[in-house]
Amino acid sequence: MKVEGVVLIGIGLFMAVVSVGYWFWSGEPSGTAMLIGAVLLGLLPGGYYYWWAKRMKPRPEDRPDSTIREGAGVIGSFPHGSIWPLVFGAGAFLFGLALAFGWWFLPPALGLMLVAATGVTTQSRRGGTI
Amino acid sequence: MTLLEEKQLIPTEETKHATTEHHEPSGLIKWLTSTDHKVIGKSYMFTALILMIIGGAMALIMRLQLTSQHSSLLSFQQYNELFTMHGSIMIYLFVGPFAFGGLANYVVPLQIGAPDMAFPRLNALSYWLYLGGSIIMLLGFFTASGAADFGWVAYAPLSSAVNSPGAGPDAWIAALVLTGFSAIFTGVNLVTTIFYLRAPGMTMFRMPIFVWNMLVTAILILMAFPVLTSALIMLYADRHFGMDIFSVKGGGVPVLWQNLFWFWGHPEVYILALPFFGVVTEIIPVFSKKPIFGYKGMVFATLAIAALSTGVWGHHMFTTGVVLLPFFSLLSLLIAVPTGIKFFNWIATMWRGQITFTTPMLMCIGFLITFLIGGLTGMFLASPPVDFQMHDTYFVVAHFHSVIFALVLAAVGALYYWWPKMFGWYLNDKIGKVQFWLLFIGVNATVVPWYILGLHGMPRRVAVYKVGMGWHALNIAATVGADITGLSFLVFLLNIYLSWDKKVPAPSNPWDGTTLEWFTSSPPPTHNFTRIPPIRSERPVWDFNHPDAIAISAHSQKAPLINGAPPGNGRATNGNAREATISGSANSGTTETVESD
Repeated sequence: MKVEGVVLIGIGLFMAVVSVGYWFWSGEPSGTAMLIGAVLLGLLPGGYYYWWAKRMKPRPEDRPDSTIREGAGVIGSFPHGSIWPLVFGAGAFLFGLALAFGWWFLPPALGLMLVAATGVTTQSRRGGTI
Repeated sequence: MTLLEEKQLIPTEETKHATTEHHEPSGLIKWLTSTDHKVIGKSYMFTALILMIIGGAMALIMRLQLTSQHSSLLSFQQYNELFTMHGSIMIYLFVGPFAFGGLANYVVPLQIGAPDMAFPRLNALSYWLYLGGSIIMLLGFFTASGAADFGWVAYAPLSSAVNSPGAGPDAWIAALVLTGFSAIFTGVNLVTTIFYLRAPGMTMFRMPIFVWNMLVTAILILMAFPVLTSALIMLYADRHFGMDIFSVKGGGVPVLWQNLFWFWGHPEVYILALPFFGVVTEIIPVFSKKPIFGYKGMVFATLAIAALSTGVWGHHMFTTGVVLLPFFSLLSLLIAVPTGIKFFNWIATMWRGQITFTTPMLMCIGFLITFLIGGLTGMFLASPPVDFQMHDTYFVVAHFHSVIFALVLAAVGALYYWWPKMFGWYLNDKIGKVQFWLLFIGVNATVVPWYILGLHGMPRRVAVYKVGMGWHALNIAATVGADITGLSFLVFLLNIYLSWDKKVPAPSNPWDGTTLEWFTSSPPPTHNFTRIPPIRSERPVWDFNHPDAIAISAHSQKAPLINGAPPGNGRATNGNAREATISGSANSGTTETVESD
């Protein structure tokens, strides 16, 4: 985990140097605001990973000498298929049409997205795959 | 010393069991509901290729218009719509999604030994958002006002409701919001997958360079795309709710749009380029029969390019007069350093290697040459005095087309390289070489006349030009080049058809590849691996297949070579359709010890 944290923190620190330099050299607010966003994007998750890395045993993928066997066990839930991304995508497509062509697309768009969000949330609990 | 045979093509009892048990849907239902990263990756790639053909056809129509000086083939309005949609389709819908949606989706989990992406359903949603967004963008042509016609950069105030009324521009905005979310979701997915789903022993500095590049690309996506999406929402609010963020009349600042747009737009260039740098870094060592020269140098160069690219957006805005010229010029020129390191490493990898000139390798060499031309002319443009002269001329058009065409060469190379893995049969190498020469000659015959046209002052985005400017012959040359490029893609389609018609089956490791995706069968089973070799370097499959070479490999000498999965371990959960285990992968084959002596 440590390397992951250091990569992100490194990007964040570099962006911090750039944003400080940019602010004092140009005084332009919009670019500085976006650069600060980039700083946070590096430091927040990077700091989180680093904080955890110091408090946990290195995972098998962090150690150069671990065997494949050490990764045994359940590593996550990977459904083979699900209809809900398609339904949510259809809702988002109608939402896009609503932005461009008319607000009457909005109720079916929101309806589909709500149904899909409910479906995808309860799917894992029920244990269904489609 | 035991050299293990490649047994993975023969389905073991376990894999047969695993594939028949799940009752997987097939055909259309499978495509619509699949959350398998391989199915989604392929869908992404073919959707992107179809969109590239549409965008390329638009380019050929525009070239036809510019071939004669006062062509009346297109009206000015149609021409504006075509160059806007050509740019939008190629940048937003083809190169990026092909790379981080298609290639990365397919290859990254295989290369790190993962069963799938970290969030399979989010991954599927990314694809549907992308497809929906692409359809909405094309629907713009069917509106009364026509498609968006303000250029792919949509500068304010041209993109305001007064200057660009109608539903076409709104469709453009809606399409980009959807594809923007799609990109952000893919970015989250890639980072999480790479951080959490690597196989044991695959430390960060043993990941293939392609995976490193996709990690950095994903981080760049997370930095850049939210800015674009929020800027588009502001633009939409401007157009419909009178927010006046980008209009002077309400106290807004038009140039703010350029700041926001290019804060996304310049990292976007590297979001497009870094995946293909990764592709080239995978292909060149395999066909040079050498490890990559300077692995860590490549990683740090990638990180440096990414970090620098976030601070250079202003070089697109030199002529606005409101950006800090020396700052942006300095950072832009600095990007040449890590890119130069990459070029050095690629060439040093080929140096004294046993190079086989297969189609993927040729495409990569074509990439090196074409990208070098595009990169060096970019260095000219990073200098403000040159940029003041060249801004919005064909020189700039030629510069970024060199860059993008180089990426297209690498993309076609990637398809030839991973095609056997994706489908289990080869693309024809002879036809591939014909395609390479057509593509390579075609793209350079297109851009070189443009460089000269730019030096002669021809502005971009013009549908007609005056007689007697000396631009006519060069435009004809560019059109011929573009037609050759188009022809090369017809050859590609022909190659796909002919190779499909008479399939040559591919083994699991047709190129003697070095990374994990070449260890599993072609095409891979549902959760990718039935077994994984011990990972002791960044080339685990090479170490496994060439134990005699390990002795002379510097990387492998440091760690003891072991492997050691005892027979029959941990398949307890493999029968469960919803769970994949890495342990399931280690049940056969690797039980024999691979030793070096």
